[in-house]
Amino acid sequence: MTRHLTKALMLIAVLGVAACNNPDRYANGAGGTGANAANGISSSPLGDPNDPKSIAYFNQTVGDTVHFAEDQSTLDPQAQQILAAQATWLARNSDYGVIVEGHADERGTREYNLALGARRASAVKEFLAAHGIPATRMRTISYGKERPIALCSAPQCYAANRRAVTVLTQPGNS
Amino acid sequence: MRLFRPLAIAIALLGLALVPAWAQSRGPLKIEINQGVIEPIPFALPAFVAEDASAQQYVQRIDQVISADLTGTGLFREIPQSAYISRITSFDAPVQYGDWKAINAQALITGAVSIQGNQIVVKFRLFDVFSGQPLGQGLQFAGSVDTWRRMAHKVADAVYSRITGEGGYFDSRVVFVSETGPKNARKKRLAIMDYDGANVQYLTSGGTLVLAPRFSPDGKRILYTSYKSGEPRIYVMDLATRQTRILDDQQGTMTFAPRFSPDGNTVVFSLERGGNTDLYSLDLATGQRTQLTNTPSIDTGPSYSPDGKRIVFESDRSGTQQIYIMPATGGPVTRISFGAGRYSTPVWSPRGDLIAFTKQYEGRFHIGVMRTDGSDERLLTASFLDEGPTWAPNGRVLMFTRETSGVNGAPSLYTVDVSGRNLRKVPTPNDASDPSWGPLLP
Repeated sequence: MTRHLTKALMLIAVLGVAACNNPDRYANGAGGTGANAANGISSSPLGDPNDPKSIAYFNQTVGDTVHFAEDQSTLDPQAQQILAAQATWLARNSDYGVIVEGHADERGTREYNLALGARRASAVKEFLAAHGIPATRMRTISYGKERPIALCSAPQCYAANRRAVTVLTQPGNS
Repeated sequence: MRLFRPLAIAIALLGLALVPAWAQSRGPLKIEINQGVIEPIPFALPAFVAEDASAQQYVQRIDQVISADLTGTGLFREIPQSAYISRITSFDAPVQYGDWKAINAQALITGAVSIQGNQIVVKFRLFDVFSGQPLGQGLQFAGSVDTWRRMAHKVADAVYSRITGEGGYFDSRVVFVSETGPKNARKKRLAIMDYDGANVQYLTSGGTLVLAPRFSPDGKRILYTSYKSGEPRIYVMDLATRQTRILDDQQGTMTFAPRFSPDGNTVVFSLERGGNTDLYSLDLATGQRTQLTNTPSIDTGPSYSPDGKRIVFESDRSGTQQIYIMPATGGPVTRISFGAGRYSTPVWSPRGDLIAFTKQYEGRFHIGVMRTDGSDERLLTASFLDEGPTWAPNGRVLMFTRETSGVNGAPSLYTVDVSGRNLRKVPTPNDASDPSWGPLLP
């Protein structure tokens, strides 16, 4: 139940895909409304979730998010399984660029959490690179504890927030 | 009352300085802050004399600021004006000490305000009532009318300084992050205000995420981290012109946690590359960058010693966050924190004697201080989330971020005395975090 709710929240949060050179899809203070927000409104095609080549399919079916233990950046077997599937999908859909976002829960100081988020994003990038995705297709960005998706102050929310999200960038726009 | 005094003194001696120094001696008016004052010094602040009609409107406001500054320290208590026997109708009239002794005022502050055109002049005198003489010379401050709050802060700084022997801190400003919006989409703007929360001005629009501004030692520039380019980068802003420039711009890196050297010429900061975070310094004049640490750990939160020779920082090289000191040019590193828990955000006191830090221990967050060799650790606060202390210019008070828990959890700014007493919330128009306390203004 929590898992499904989390998934739904995540989907809302990642509806936007980075479509320009600015990897900060939260720009203009808006959580998860795309990156072309210079004019206040952005639009990005997500595609048909039944189309295995669509971003929606990647986000939901392959899974764009992996989670981490407290103060850790190691990839557990479940995370490795998701990332292996991401690597397979990315190899087949080689037009997309990748921005890996690293996040931390609120139980840490701001600057350490920025560094921790960077470690997590980097762990994902290295895993994907080791599975054949060219490093030149990938960038990383850390948000530290600045962009939680689960808002409660309880272990299940902290766990949901300790994450790395693989965000696709549009073909020709990366 | 007089009969009981010897008894009070005896109790004080047994109670190991739990009463203020003045109560023990009745000597010259003076507080030793280190003695752990818990009984505030009573002062009288009769309304400042308005020396012309247009000054009248400022008198009460100036008195309120002076009173709030002094009572806000927890070291002073104002005797209400309704208790006064004497009235002060002329700034230069002789003081009737007996009238002020009778209401138990230890300190008497008198003053006058006058306005000529756009200029305001605030004069004051401080009297030690029990020894029956002025404490220091009368002083006057002059400036444009819109700086009337600063005049009041200057009076309070002088009073505080003469009685405590410490530098003042009321005429100072704080840069911080003003926050609005829900927890998952916080809009953050850089803002600057007086130390007491007045005169808030916004420095950025809120369009991009900004974090952790830091004052330059002269108070004229700030460093901060912004996602303006899409990736976290350090910027420097000139406060007078609001012009900004990026400090160090290399693709594939993140820069954050900046702090000025005491001479303002160098910035020490964290640079992340490939998931690893090390410390660097950057010479602002030449742009020359020097790598200070080179480990696979997270090295961040650097802060210079007041003499600029050493840097205190946090690192998880031992497995958890701990505090270390090294020469400002890099080199041998000494660990100074050894207690249980995680230590972070170390900041060197402007007096050089203490290092303030954040500590996480058993699910709680604390602001604490320790000596520069790591001894005498004292935790000053405890809450769900306290972090990021910054020192008042005189090294006696810390300001920090306290965040409440839950879906609607939000941050505010608090101050606490270095003794751990006098915890106070700083009023801000919106939620607020990441304070950096600037220097005492000239």
